[in-house]
Amino acid sequence: MEGRSPWYLAYRRLRRNRVALAFGGLFLAIVVFVLAAPLWANQVADTGPNDTHTLEKVAVDGETREVVDPEGKPVGPLWLGAGGKFFLGADGRLGRDEMVRLMYGGRTSLFVGIAAALITTLLGTGLGLLAGWYRGWTDAIIARALDVVWAFPVTLLGAALGLALAVGGLRIGPLHLSGSSIWIPILIIGVVYTPYVARPIRGEVLALREKEFVEAAVSQGAGPLRVMLVELLPNLLSTVIVFFAISIANSMLLESILSFLGVGVQPPNTSWGTMIAGGFELITSAPLLTVVPGAMLLLTVLSVNVFADCLRDALDPRAKLRLEAHAGIAEPEGTPV
Amino acid sequence: MGRFIVRRLAGMVAVLFAVSVLVFLIFNVIPDSDPARQMAGRSASPRLVASITEEWGFDDPLPQQYLTMMGNIFSGDVISYETEENVDERIVEGIPATFSLCTGAAVIWMFFGILFGYLSAVRAGGLLDRALTVLAVTGISIPVFWLAAIFLNYLAYELEIFPSNGYVALSEDPLEWASHLILPWVTLAIVYVGFYSRVLRSNMLDAMDEDYVRTARAKGLPERRVMTRHVLRNSLVPIVTLFGLDFGALLGGAILVEGVFNINGIGQYAYESLINLDLPPIMAITLFGAFFIVLFNALVDIAYAYLDPRVKLGTSAP
Repeated sequence: MEGRSPWYLAYRRLRRNRVALAFGGLFLAIVVFVLAAPLWANQVADTGPNDTHTLEKVAVDGETREVVDPEGKPVGPLWLGAGGKFFLGADGRLGRDEMVRLMYGGRTSLFVGIAAALITTLLGTGLGLLAGWYRGWTDAIIARALDVVWAFPVTLLGAALGLALAVGGLRIGPLHLSGSSIWIPILIIGVVYTPYVARPIRGEVLALREKEFVEAAVSQGAGPLRVMLVELLPNLLSTVIVFFAISIANSMLLESILSFLGVGVQPPNTSWGTMIAGGFELITSAPLLTVVPGAMLLLTVLSVNVFADCLRDALDPRAKLRLEAHAGIAEPEGTPV
Repeated sequence: MGRFIVRRLAGMVAVLFAVSVLVFLIFNVIPDSDPARQMAGRSASPRLVASITEEWGFDDPLPQQYLTMMGNIFSGDVISYETEENVDERIVEGIPATFSLCTGAAVIWMFFGILFGYLSAVRAGGLLDRALTVLAVTGISIPVFWLAAIFLNYLAYELEIFPSNGYVALSEDPLEWASHLILPWVTLAIVYVGFYSRVLRSNMLDAMDEDYVRTARAKGLPERRVMTRHVLRNSLVPIVTLFGLDFGALLGGAILVEGVFNINGIGQYAYESLINLDLPPIMAITLFGAFFIVLFNALVDIAYAYLDPRVKLGTSAP
């Protein structure tokens, strides 16, 4: 029988899982949707995400309608009535195209989510490896530092940092980030979630470092860096991948929360969070402006969360087997699972 | 027991100190601008900035600044330069509403979290389990503030099933108090219901493999009794620990829910201050919020050690 790598086996298990395929497909569809933003903006809607149309009129099936009526109420969804312009209506007093903003906003939300998740995963894995491998003082310092971050409610810490930096901006060495930079929420979210990854990774490293293969590497003269990167990291990779996926979901949620509170993504950038914040002011007259971006966010986060769940099952089949055993699907009597 | 409490409290004081230093750094050192200008808010006149610099000692060395900040916040002298209100007084006024919101939500989430988790585990793999799993994952993925806005608009404004917003004190009218809080309670609880039912489900599935469960079955106990007395009871221990952590951190969710439903608690105060870029209230709320969590967690740990002697001995909890 041909040998198969564990990664190939995991891939095969994932491919056979219909739930994983469905939600993975949903996520890809959303990615394609937001990537198509310039296409829709230029070819169909003929406007940018920040172009205002307050005093303009739009022709709908032969009749002319104001984009924003004299009372300040934006036009509702026109669907294809105006050739795709204002497909979802206008976003408020400024009369911007909601559909175009939805697509560009999704880009920001996904970008922030993925970039922040990368930071969380890299920092968390690095700190976890250092703390778990060196133990002693290194561990004590890292663990205490993480404890301090852990002591704050995520929303409150993120909002406090967001407020402080949104007003002041941030300087890291020669690099200056202005208060409206997209990298400020990314950095904040990335750092705030780090303890939630670093702690479990540290625990796994503590268990792994006692294994024979690590002892073998050390006795062959491998240095700490080599042991951590070549011996330990590959064994952590399945955990790290799952954490990365979950971090994307959490980061997107936190981004929307911070943006809703006005201390996340700043204009001229738009995200689904800032769109919900803007829509909420008009919720009684134009509820769709709140419903639609929130629903997109929910679908995206849901697809990532479900996919991450399936990924965990595929990468750690023993956990899956155990659950199926309880459901009476697998496990012959007496096998230690 | 006495030694454990002393050790735990000493650790707590160290964390409190570190937490307060972090708050100081966040507001006074990390941002790349004059902290006095930031604090003054949008209506900053040079004279106000100068007087803030004086009051908070921003020209002093950093350790001195830190002490001034702590002194100001704990002596109750901090005022918001936007609204000219005393920050500490506003926070104290907000406690009853926030406490009502958080305890009610906690009761709902513990009840439904445990119920759904139990049903899922007992029927693992079945239709009910799958339906509950879908609900739980959806619950975890919902943006709380969005759900709050949707509930408010459709259930309160349009259908008028619930009163639209505001808060009525419990001492004024218990019935109105509850009816005004039902929607906020449910909104705040939903995320946790999803999360807790998932955790309990997997804990129970793990517990079912234990020898004591086999023993219970072998001695002929009815299945229901095995599940409730042996499996559920042992699986609840980590849930209680988790509850201690999450309840302390609930202020984060309260900011969003109180902000949307217009409940005049600490959360709404934080919400307004954030929207207005008003620094001093957020500084005080962040500090008090983190202090509360650290204190609360220490109490939970001590209570836990009292219940489970293994903790004191330094071996890990189950």
